[in-house]
Amino acid sequence: MTDTTRSPGSKGRFGVHGGQYIPETLMNAVIELEQAYDHFKDDPDFNAELARLFNEYAGRPSLLYFAERMTEDLGGAKVYLKREDLNHTGAHKINNVLGQALLAKKMGKTRLIAETGAGQHGVATATAAALMGMECVVFMGEEDTIRQALNVYRMRLLGSEVVPVKSGTATLKDAVSEAFREWTNRIADTHYCLGSVMGPHPFPTIVRDFQAVISRETKRQMREREGTLPDAVLACVGGGSNAIGSFYHFIDDEGVRLIGCEAAGRGVDTFETAATMATGREGIFHGMKSYFCQDEYGQIAPVYSISAGLDYPGVGPEHAYLRDIGRAEYVPVTDEEAVEAFEYLSRMEGVIPAIESAHAVAHAMKIAPEMDKDQTIVVTLSGRGDKDVAAIARYRGEDLHE
Amino acid sequence: MSNLARAFDHGKAFIPFVTCGDPDLETTAKVVRAMAANGADLVELGIPFSDPTAEGPVIQGANVRALRAGTTTDKVFDLVRSLREDVTIPLVFMTYANVVYSYGSERFLGKCEEVGIDGLILPDVPYEEKGEFLDVCRSHGVDLVSFVAPTSEDRIQMIAREAEGFIYVVSSLGVTGVRSRITTDLASIVEVIREATDVPCAIGFGISTPEQARQMCEVADGAIVGSAIIKLLERYGRDAAGPVGEYVRTMKDAIR
Repeated sequence: MTDTTRSPGSKGRFGVHGGQYIPETLMNAVIELEQAYDHFKDDPDFNAELARLFNEYAGRPSLLYFAERMTEDLGGAKVYLKREDLNHTGAHKINNVLGQALLAKKMGKTRLIAETGAGQHGVATATAAALMGMECVVFMGEEDTIRQALNVYRMRLLGSEVVPVKSGTATLKDAVSEAFREWTNRIADTHYCLGSVMGPHPFPTIVRDFQAVISRETKRQMREREGTLPDAVLACVGGGSNAIGSFYHFIDDEGVRLIGCEAAGRGVDTFETAATMATGREGIFHGMKSYFCQDEYGQIAPVYSISAGLDYPGVGPEHAYLRDIGRAEYVPVTDEEAVEAFEYLSRMEGVIPAIESAHAVAHAMKIAPEMDKDQTIVVTLSGRGDKDVAAIARYRGEDLHE
Repeated sequence: MSNLARAFDHGKAFIPFVTCGDPDLETTAKVVRAMAANGADLVELGIPFSDPTAEGPVIQGANVRALRAGTTTDKVFDLVRSLREDVTIPLVFMTYANVVYSYGSERFLGKCEEVGIDGLILPDVPYEEKGEFLDVCRSHGVDLVSFVAPTSEDRIQMIAREAEGFIYVVSSLGVTGVRSRITTDLASIVEVIREATDVPCAIGFGISTPEQARQMCEVADGAIVGSAIIKLLERYGRDAAGPVGEYVRTMKDAIR
């Protein structure tokens, strides 16, 4: 991508976004990571090993499933679901984690640290750490450890330590801050396995490249099934890793609409929202220049979404750039719409999506009826919804006794 | 010579830090005046930020209290304007990139010049990104302070060659906070800096006792203390000016 920054030394720019806004203490760590990645990304042995992990361990390629009943019901475009929910550990997060854990191992690191929101990235990191015999510590907002208690136990079962983060709003952004603090404290043996296309360079690029397997497969699968490219690709956006992975190999195909669905919470006209593109403005935080939910003095705003995985006040710099140049669209989806989509897909297709992914399903339900029957849309189901069933039941007023 | 360098004119410099607005701005004003009256050579004024990623729990707590008290960037500028009626030692702002960027870098640095701020410390802006703020700092006569860390190694000379005001040498890995021991080979780091520049070096992170300050000043030109002072603010609240003044006096005496 173009490098238009005013700082000649600045790396990892997507238009004006990106960069490396981190403490000096971490600079050599990210430089070391960048050099290692530049070496291994084109290394045939590394790629063969990663492909083997993807195919034999994670269960790739993930299915592209034609949602026939949903298509008939909506009465418009054919709806395909890219089933990242069928991956080992139940979400797209494993793609990035296997890549980074393998890279960390090649770099001689013996310990992984990670942040997690819904717990999916934490579970994926704990899984890769178990697989590769590495130590693992996951930082998780205390609020999220309550919302996603089962995932906390899952990580511990996999041999990881889970550290509840009490600072700030005790959610995903605070878990990211705490993981960065921990990395500053212990660098030599530790790799920070960042879970989304955010943070300082080279993370947005590395995570995108590992997640790009999604669109690489989708493109091939759509050609096999429909003989053509989809008219639209939809994915939910928090930091934006499943979305950038779903979009990446379609960016140059201008006929393919790329639509990111962000969490509007109780609505973009309320303070209880996490819709960064709709309500944020340009800022510098967590290592990158991008769009952030913030007040007039640049204080990062507390954000809210029913989905712990989209509950983040920023968005990855490449998404900010894709929006700036008009290549991708970003739409807000409320809690209520997401919950309706969660229920709709469960009943219509027998597929319970993660509440994060349900944001993308909700938007598909809006646009598919307006499209022609010979058009196609692909919705990435970033994860499975088992983790959300209890929370959605409570949202609907069920009295659960666990 | 930059205004900041004046802080190093009277022997080893003692540089205390305080988060503006913790627990309120009136207390900050009293604390800064007490620091100046008791031998502080330069004061670091923290503008609170919601997510201070380079800070340990103590200074994080100060940021929370200051924001809860309604502290804003504009109110901090007002504080400095009134301090400048009688406080003459150099003053620098310590905050995070987004506080400056969001305010508008030009507008922020223009205000700094107007109220009499001499330097700016941004822990989340490394050498590679300083171009974001450097020109606008220079055009308003504000030094953008550079960091050197224990992990900087081959980067030290590059950073030092372009440093202005003073160099903030980070004593240890990790975030801010009191440490019982500082084990980094700081003498070697300062030696490498000295090969590249005459800009003074001040060591910060983890220093709390007079003995530590004295040891740091054997290798560097000054010592920076934050968390130990914030602990006094935690303990004494609105009555902290007296104890902070005494503490600054003790620390400055230790490095004279």
